[in-house]
Amino acid sequence: MIWGLVGMLVGVIAATQLFLPEANFGNPYTTYGRIRPLHTNAVIFAFVGNAIFAGIYYSMPRLLKAPMWNKNLSWFHFWGWQLIILAAAITLPLGLTSSKEYAELEWPIDIAIAIVWVAFGANMIGALIKRRERHMYVAIWFYLASFITVAVLHIFNSLALPVSLFKSYSAYAGVQDALVQWWYGHNAVAFFLTTPFLGLMYYFLPKAANRPVYSYKLSIVHFWSLIFIYMWAGPHHLLYTALPEWAQVLGTVFSIMLIAPSWGGMVNGLLTLRGAWDKVRTEPVLKFMVVAVTAYGMVTFEGPMLSLKNVNAIAHYTDWIVAHVHIGGLGWNGFLTFGMLYWMWPRLWKTTLYSTKLANTHFWMGTLGILFYALPMYVAALTQFLMLREFDDMGRLAYGNFLQTVVELVPMYMLRAFGGLLYLSGAIVMVYNMIKTAKQGVFQPTEDDQAPALQKAYNPKGEFWHRAWERKPVFFAVLATIAILIGGVVEIIPTILVKSNVPTISSVKPYTPLELEGRDIYIKNGCVGCHSQMVRPFRFETERYGEYSKAGEFVYDRPFLWGSKRTGPDLHRIGGKYPDSWHYFHMLDPRSMSPGSLMPPYPWMVENEMDYTDLPAKIRTLQKLGVPYPKGFDLEANKNLEIQADKIVKSLEGAGVEVMPNTEIVALIAYLQRMGTDIKATAAN
Amino acid sequence: MYKEVLRSIENIEIYPIISLLIFVLFFLGVFLWAMRMPKEHIDYMKSMPMDDQKLTKNQP
Repeated sequence: MIWGLVGMLVGVIAATQLFLPEANFGNPYTTYGRIRPLHTNAVIFAFVGNAIFAGIYYSMPRLLKAPMWNKNLSWFHFWGWQLIILAAAITLPLGLTSSKEYAELEWPIDIAIAIVWVAFGANMIGALIKRRERHMYVAIWFYLASFITVAVLHIFNSLALPVSLFKSYSAYAGVQDALVQWWYGHNAVAFFLTTPFLGLMYYFLPKAANRPVYSYKLSIVHFWSLIFIYMWAGPHHLLYTALPEWAQVLGTVFSIMLIAPSWGGMVNGLLTLRGAWDKVRTEPVLKFMVVAVTAYGMVTFEGPMLSLKNVNAIAHYTDWIVAHVHIGGLGWNGFLTFGMLYWMWPRLWKTTLYSTKLANTHFWMGTLGILFYALPMYVAALTQFLMLREFDDMGRLAYGNFLQTVVELVPMYMLRAFGGLLYLSGAIVMVYNMIKTAKQGVFQPTEDDQAPALQKAYNPKGEFWHRAWERKPVFFAVLATIAILIGGVVEIIPTILVKSNVPTISSVKPYTPLELEGRDIYIKNGCVGCHSQMVRPFRFETERYGEYSKAGEFVYDRPFLWGSKRTGPDLHRIGGKYPDSWHYFHMLDPRSMSPGSLMPPYPWMVENEMDYTDLPAKIRTLQKLGVPYPKGFDLEANKNLEIQADKIVKSLEGAGVEVMPNTEIVALIAYLQRMGTDIKATAAN
Repeated sequence: MYKEVLRSIENIEIYPIISLLIFVLFFLGVFLWAMRMPKEHIDYMKSMPMDDQKLTKNQP
């Protein structure tokens, strides 16, 4: 058994928690737009990822009574994953990003992820083949399903055509890109943050409570219905809005149905503790797990609720979503990991926990941290929504400027930061406790265990067919794949059909070279982290931003930049709204144009000069993807760019601003002024 | 937004019905399967995390 590996992995988990806080030090590498993807990637793939691997490498050999398949492969998986994390930590602040949420990493890292992930899977399946235990426990089912699904998701969503080593354009455009991305996004939550942790729950919770799981039958139903339904339930709220009333009711029923397996799992977890609740009072491991399972229940109730259209109208783009994911992340993933660590760590060093009191302190700090985080976010979301949609007696928006609502939310953001700090401090207390624990024990690299090898020919008569399934991991894996693929296919078919069904708008033209470069600056700086490009068809949105967004307007958007959160206003109709000089001063210091703005200043954009040598390559890549630039345009692109840049420089000169034509700001202004204007040309015609 | 896109797909109203049917049938299958499992097997599976320190003989 691979104890050594576990120890190292857990060490990294502790280290990665230090990524959690967000700060801005006034330079491009640490501004919010670039730090946000770093935060999400660090938490999801570094913290949660390593927790999953540690838990699997601990529980799997014990459940199979056999070591992992190959120790070198385990080490390859471990070091490979840490290198990927390191690569992410370097490239994301440098602005090398595909800007697709939770899949921001550029293509060379994507390939590395695929390789390492396959190594992990091979290791698991190898161990399954060499196992000395005839049947697979339910936890292993969850591990297998997670491995398979994440592999499928990762490959499909990361399809892109590279321009250079650090830049690529998505294989999908606009609406299609959005559908694939959120098919991925939703299922990444399902199969990276949920199913592996359910597997861990089914192993570590009974372990810690020292009694078997409440109902094994329930866990079987839980597993199959969850992996079957999850794959297609997420984007249902996207699909069903298109349908007639009766179908929407059906869609709602379907989304609500996801509550059933999720709550089945939660109830199963909590009932495992029946008769052991007195232990929960004294045992920090169980405390963490109880809160984790409860948080899971809350989040899986909230999720389907958010997929209802009318609730979604409030929650989308506001802090509600932020609260939702953090209850899941901090409560479910974080607390289950902590519980698992407190249980596993002393056993790794064959000793007892250094201080139960400190563990209890950590528990309360963490719990209060979650509350201080989530509650202000709910208040902020509702406040902002109500303000945004308020009209005065004259029929005009009561708060016409988006900023007026943001200013109201500042105290809530402060409380949220306090909650996060509290949670982090709790984690630091845990790390201290762990170090002390490790010091008083001796590390156990392996644990002796013996089990007889399985007899080859085992074929009892009259056996129930499912028992045969449980003995055949490969067959089982195929079944699980079919289950998730049915869901995947049902979802992907409409997506493919969409491609030929997006109504084209004749006035929508490809971006000019300068606008394209500006768009890449927008992507590089993570503007999409705070600004959406999607005006919804509500009166309070069209009134504020302008005409609502049409599918045909995004056909040249690779990747799509609709965004998922509005900390600032929507930008889809920003083009032509302000003069060039407004944008210049606003980027230099947002507060000079919008007092009280939370936007970070970007003074370096005025000085940073662009190197347009990769422009022809970009144009050629886009041509390959089907963007109708005229033949030979790659050679004329630089000239075209200069002409447009000079125009903007002239216009800025008129406002008394002197700027070099090859600075970042010029390209960015070109893009901002273009955004969402194509449709106006139609109106003018 | 999605509305106009999806409305343009022919026969889209059939998808939710197919989905629901597939799932309901699948769910019933799994449910019956789980309910009909023999008790001793369930107990054996259940106790797996507990037994991992012991030698296992007499496997079924």
